[in-house]
Amino acid sequence: MNIIVCVKQVPAKDAPLAIAGNWIKEADIGFELNEPDSYALEEALRLREKHGGEVIALSLGPERVKQTIKEALAKGADRGIHIADDNFAELDPLGAARVLAAAIGKEKYDLVLTGLQSDDHGFGQTGVLLAGLLNLPHATIIMQIDAQDGKLKLKRELEAGWFQWIECPLPAVLSIQSGINKVRYATLKGIMAAKKKEIAAITRESLGLTIEPTQKIERIYVPTKTKKTEFLTGTPKEAAAKLVEKLKFEARVI
Amino acid sequence: MKILVIAEQRNGKWNNASFETLVAAQQIAEATSGTVSAAVIGKGVAALADELATKNVAEVLAVEHGLLENYTPDGYCTALKQVIESTKPDLVLFPHTYQVRDFAPKLAALLGKGMIGDCIGFRYEGAKLVFVRQMFQGKTAADVTFAGAAPWFASFQSGAFRADLLVAHPGGKAPVNAAGVELKPEDIRTKPLELFKEAKSAVDLTQAPLIVAIGRGIKAPENIAQAEALAKALGGEIAASRPICDEGWLPMERQIGSSGQTVAPKLYLALGISGAIQHVVGMKGSRTIVAVNKDQNAPIFEIADYGIVGDIFEVMPALTEELQKSKG
Repeated sequence: MNIIVCVKQVPAKDAPLAIAGNWIKEADIGFELNEPDSYALEEALRLREKHGGEVIALSLGPERVKQTIKEALAKGADRGIHIADDNFAELDPLGAARVLAAAIGKEKYDLVLTGLQSDDHGFGQTGVLLAGLLNLPHATIIMQIDAQDGKLKLKRELEAGWFQWIECPLPAVLSIQSGINKVRYATLKGIMAAKKKEIAAITRESLGLTIEPTQKIERIYVPTKTKKTEFLTGTPKEAAAKLVEKLKFEARVI
Repeated sequence: MKILVIAEQRNGKWNNASFETLVAAQQIAEATSGTVSAAVIGKGVAALADELATKNVAEVLAVEHGLLENYTPDGYCTALKQVIESTKPDLVLFPHTYQVRDFAPKLAALLGKGMIGDCIGFRYEGAKLVFVRQMFQGKTAADVTFAGAAPWFASFQSGAFRADLLVAHPGGKAPVNAAGVELKPEDIRTKPLELFKEAKSAVDLTQAPLIVAIGRGIKAPENIAQAEALAKALGGEIAASRPICDEGWLPMERQIGSSGQTVAPKLYLALGISGAIQHVVGMKGSRTIVAVNKDQNAPIFEIADYGIVGDIFEVMPALTEELQKSKG
């Protein structure tokens, strides 16, 4: 089973965000593999271990995203594809999906996996859009994948504790729910092996797409507070004593 | 502006976020001097369509077909594409449910359009609709506008609008019209099978008046005992954000958020929880919210009544002690 996993590089979780227009200042902050995508990568590796084939890590973005592809290779992906694009943050979800779909269309694959959403833009549309653009069946928020006889049996998470089994033919696109598996760490051996693995570099321009935006992020800003938070200060003991006082006599909830 | 709301039902039961989105649509229509229609999809949806018609809408569309009895993304996309092409709305609105996330972006893409998903509000400025959504896990907000020609697609986060503000139909009832759609069995490539719940949960967090919830800040499973001691001193239940349950540190039934339980206790004490949207939608209705976090810019403080900026490993034992003392 040949699997393409779309991985995105996002600002590190604890990175202090400095807003610059409709994106952030990239200097001085760290980047990491989008956590929801790490579950998709892990699922791809497990499917390959069970059914054979290869895992291709695909990422779109500037030079720095190569590091995320290398991380995927160190964890066990067989090869990588980097679509170089310095202005990828300007792309809307449909535009980004069209670029990814054009690159995916050049490969032979049975399955395309994405994470549920990105921790930066958080649109959560890439997998569903890829299915539309590649004209493939899809399913999202997947918690279990059983592949047999050329088709998939999938456990899909619904809201409020409900689940549903669905059957899906191959090839297909799946968006993986975070928590479906325990992700592995790269081993030293894996990191060494990754150095010999191929990362094919293509540019967005070489895909020959004309992308018209369908939406525009006008500006990003720190949200205005809807509630006034009363901060309790002092040593932990003092703050705790003040809080108990407030909860007892002001909020009257304990 | 002609607005179409796609209401969501499963097995004849509404997803209540549909009514919140209908409120959003009514408010956008008021701002733009527009009209609102609502569509319900399925098989045998006459009663649901009649219920929608009691709301202040210009028209209700009943989108019925045998192949729409159970939700499939292919079935919904194929049917709704036809409805949108024939009724030509300017703006199509959805509640941002798991089901909508599963098909709406594809529906928009089939029409060559984009979707602004998971919005928390809108503004109408200078003849332009601006949608507000969160980014960077709720740390920032973003103003987003549509580019290019209608139809435009957007979804609203659960809880973004209040369903009790829904305006009833002034004349009693809006017309209900059948929207004929053509579907063939081969259009539908995935096959939905049974719906089920995992093992019945032993705790019902929705009934707990006091909740102590932990997030990533707890760092390691061995630290949970400290939070449990605090919950015990408070007389409350322990709960967690998704990453903690994903790690298996607490059972899934203790998870609060969009994929877990939605709670509204008297007191919600959030320890080391940053306040990502997915968590906040499950607890923002709590009467009193207390947040303890080392990052003073954590989004959880935006909805907290009381906040302590500090190390939870110092605050938890101090608070446990104070609570024990206060109970004498």
